[in-house]
Amino acid sequence: MDHPIKRDHARFRKIVKGKIRENLRKYVSQGNQIIPKGTDKFTVPMPTIDIPRFRFGDKSQGGLGQGQGQPGDPVDGQADPNGQPGQGEAGEGEGDKELDVELSLDELARILGEELELPNIEPKGKKSLQSVVDRYTNIGTTGPDSLRHLRRTYKQALKRQIAMDSYDPENPAVVPIRRDFRYRSSDTKVELQNAAVVIYMMDVSGSMGDEQKEIVRTESFWINLWLKSQYKDIEVRYIIHDATAKEVDEHTFFRTRESGGTLISSAYNLCKEIIEKDYNPNEWNIYPFHFSDGDNWSADDTKLCLELLDRVILPVSNVFCYGQVESRYGSGQFYKDLTTKYGTDGEKLILSKIKNKEGILDSIKEFLGKGK
Amino acid sequence: MNRSKPITGDLLALKNQIEGYAVEYGLDFFPQVFEVCDYDTINILAAQGGFPSRYPHWKFGMDYDQLSKGYTYGLQKIYEMVINTDPCYAYLLQANNWVDQKIVMAHVYGHNDFFKNNAWFANTNRKMMDVMANHGTKIRRYMDRYGADAVESFIDKVLSLENLLDINELFETSSLKRHRQEQVVQQREENEDDGYLIDDRSAALKSFMRTKARQTPKEDVKKEEDFGAEGPLAHRTRDILGYLISYAPIEEWQADILGILREEAYYFLPQRLTKIMNEGWASYWHSTIMTRRALDASEIVDFADKHAGVMYMSKQNINPYKIGIELMRDIEYRWDRGMFGKEYNDCTDMHEKHRWDTKLMQGREKIFEVRKSHNDISFIDEFLTPDFCERQQLFTYKYNPRTGRFEIDTKDFLAIKQKLLSQLTNFGQPIIEVEDGNYMNRKELLLGHVHYGVDLDVNFANETLRNLYAIWRRPVNLRTKYEDKEVVFHFDGKDFRPQH
Repeated sequence: MDHPIKRDHARFRKIVKGKIRENLRKYVSQGNQIIPKGTDKFTVPMPTIDIPRFRFGDKSQGGLGQGQGQPGDPVDGQADPNGQPGQGEAGEGEGDKELDVELSLDELARILGEELELPNIEPKGKKSLQSVVDRYTNIGTTGPDSLRHLRRTYKQALKRQIAMDSYDPENPAVVPIRRDFRYRSSDTKVELQNAAVVIYMMDVSGSMGDEQKEIVRTESFWINLWLKSQYKDIEVRYIIHDATAKEVDEHTFFRTRESGGTLISSAYNLCKEIIEKDYNPNEWNIYPFHFSDGDNWSADDTKLCLELLDRVILPVSNVFCYGQVESRYGSGQFYKDLTTKYGTDGEKLILSKIKNKEGILDSIKEFLGKGK
Repeated sequence: MNRSKPITGDLLALKNQIEGYAVEYGLDFFPQVFEVCDYDTINILAAQGGFPSRYPHWKFGMDYDQLSKGYTYGLQKIYEMVINTDPCYAYLLQANNWVDQKIVMAHVYGHNDFFKNNAWFANTNRKMMDVMANHGTKIRRYMDRYGADAVESFIDKVLSLENLLDINELFETSSLKRHRQEQVVQQREENEDDGYLIDDRSAALKSFMRTKARQTPKEDVKKEEDFGAEGPLAHRTRDILGYLISYAPIEEWQADILGILREEAYYFLPQRLTKIMNEGWASYWHSTIMTRRALDASEIVDFADKHAGVMYMSKQNINPYKIGIELMRDIEYRWDRGMFGKEYNDCTDMHEKHRWDTKLMQGREKIFEVRKSHNDISFIDEFLTPDFCERQQLFTYKYNPRTGRFEIDTKDFLAIKQKLLSQLTNFGQPIIEVEDGNYMNRKELLLGHVHYGVDLDVNFANETLRNLYAIWRRPVNLRTKYEDKEVVFHFDGKDFRPQH
């Protein structure tokens, strides 16, 4: 039996999850709060879950220290980068401690799903991704004691005793010996799964500022999280574009800043090529996401884009999502163009406007709320 | 379930050896029991305040979570846990190396001696291990009957008030208590003629029985007649939990839980009042025993490393181990050389003062006496000297709004002493009293904050009042000073607002 503290621990975890759910909007809008650790663990900072008590406020009361130094020397580690009053913190006090809570991908995704009431995704296509799993469905004659199958072991012992005529119905004692032992053993099976790919496209032209990219980064983090919880393995591809498009890795995707014009069609073309080359739509669930501030170079190019969407991308995708991040420079024209063509409530095309960081959560709901 | 086991073999031999040294030096301790356990167990024990069995509550889970993570990431490691019981239990980490075990054992004998002899511990219950386990059983039973959520949320509320204790309650000796309880029982027997109280019940249960007695309507009416407006509801006390047990409109099981948590809070109180002394004393003895007796020449460097790690100085906090051991040594030095009293203080020749030596040699005797009768406040008040502050490089620091940083303020002796004493006042917690249980003649509760220059944190005060309201079930008020203005914070079940 586990120590009773495990119950306290489970209870604490439950409270923590409740808190995260309560404050999900804050976590999402502040970005970078939730730090991935390894592939499927996340650290979430959590202030004051502690029990409230009457305590002294006024942090500027200072304190006592010991060591070398003259009046005027700072006692805290490094300078406050902003030099803003009220930012420093020192001294000890109960409740000042911040908790770092670890959550698994599934736990975090479940919180997101419950809070946004996201439906589970109905995967399309047949299951094609092969993965090898071990399932304990078989019985073997060797194995570790912890896997011993008692019922089968006794059955075997009974059989043996009957066969050897050492079974006495008057005194039905069944005593297994070494070779009666049976163990659960594993069968290796090939399981088929749905495969999914997410293709992120982002406008990196001059008008997309750091804040806009931050929004895209945060949003893609949560989208990935949700899709990862829905599909066992997903692939993620990144495309950046201004007047031309290229495929990059994740790091470059969020840090590149180009100047110059914007031809959205270049990205859609590359997207089309990637799909045609690597992802057979009969086997893959395809999720293209495009983020931009809505500026396109010319009406001609927009026409080309719509054509590409119509002819190639929409038919093969589960859903195509276009997120327009508001910026001071963007005109937002592309959103209007898409709306005119597909309406705001398209079957295969979801449009979302993201005003600022507070809008991220709603936008995620718009994208994923349809369960596609 | 036994997660720790008694020491055997070499460790047992080591224990006997160290115990021999402790006796030789005149330490006077309870029988000492050492057990070894793995890091997970020591984390569990630490999360539960040193006790193997506590009541169920998520806060233990939270502390366990933090301790386990700290250990996994190598940020912190607990070498030992020692608890104030008779016999005195101490847990050693199995993975400690040999020198660590030696240090820890010597250190533990220091704590054990302190628990046994310091006046502030005189009335603590030395059978607390059993008491805590019983509390756990009781609360689990309440959870079965009233629901885990209801009980846990009530515990949350009570824990919110756990720091509102009256230090003087520590000296309400058990005989005094028993005497008063007998009176109560007597009175009840006269009143109601049901003499089923037996006297070996826990204090918590007794208090709950008292409450039950009070809640009989007959007596309630009588009390109000007796006392009128100046009745018990108006009596001032700092023992808020005790007050709530007697006067809050709560169920029996709730009163019992209040009593249980109150008993545990008072049990831990002496340790909060003597942190510097207790750690100083234990460190003094591990250092003395190790360097004069127990240490093998090959272990010197390891010992010095570990010892220095414990004695680190921080610019942002004072380390109780460091201040404690240095003050103990300073006292010993001064009393060995007679560096105290009128003659010494009146001497103005610094050189002569420095060389002062009357060959008094009463240092050891003095620190034994100090460990018996002082707590941290009187310890600092009496023995902190300007000379000591300078040698220890103590300073106060404060926030500089211009640079946005905390900066060293002064090295002035009086300022340091003032700051240290104010940090230690009321074990570092705000002093809160019940002023009136029938405030405005509306059965509202009025608490008063005794303001010594530092304001309360308003957000926390708000949350705490909400929890208090859940127990008192009538509006609650807190009189305090905020930004130099007298204010009463009022919470009526819906809104929290200040009334000037």
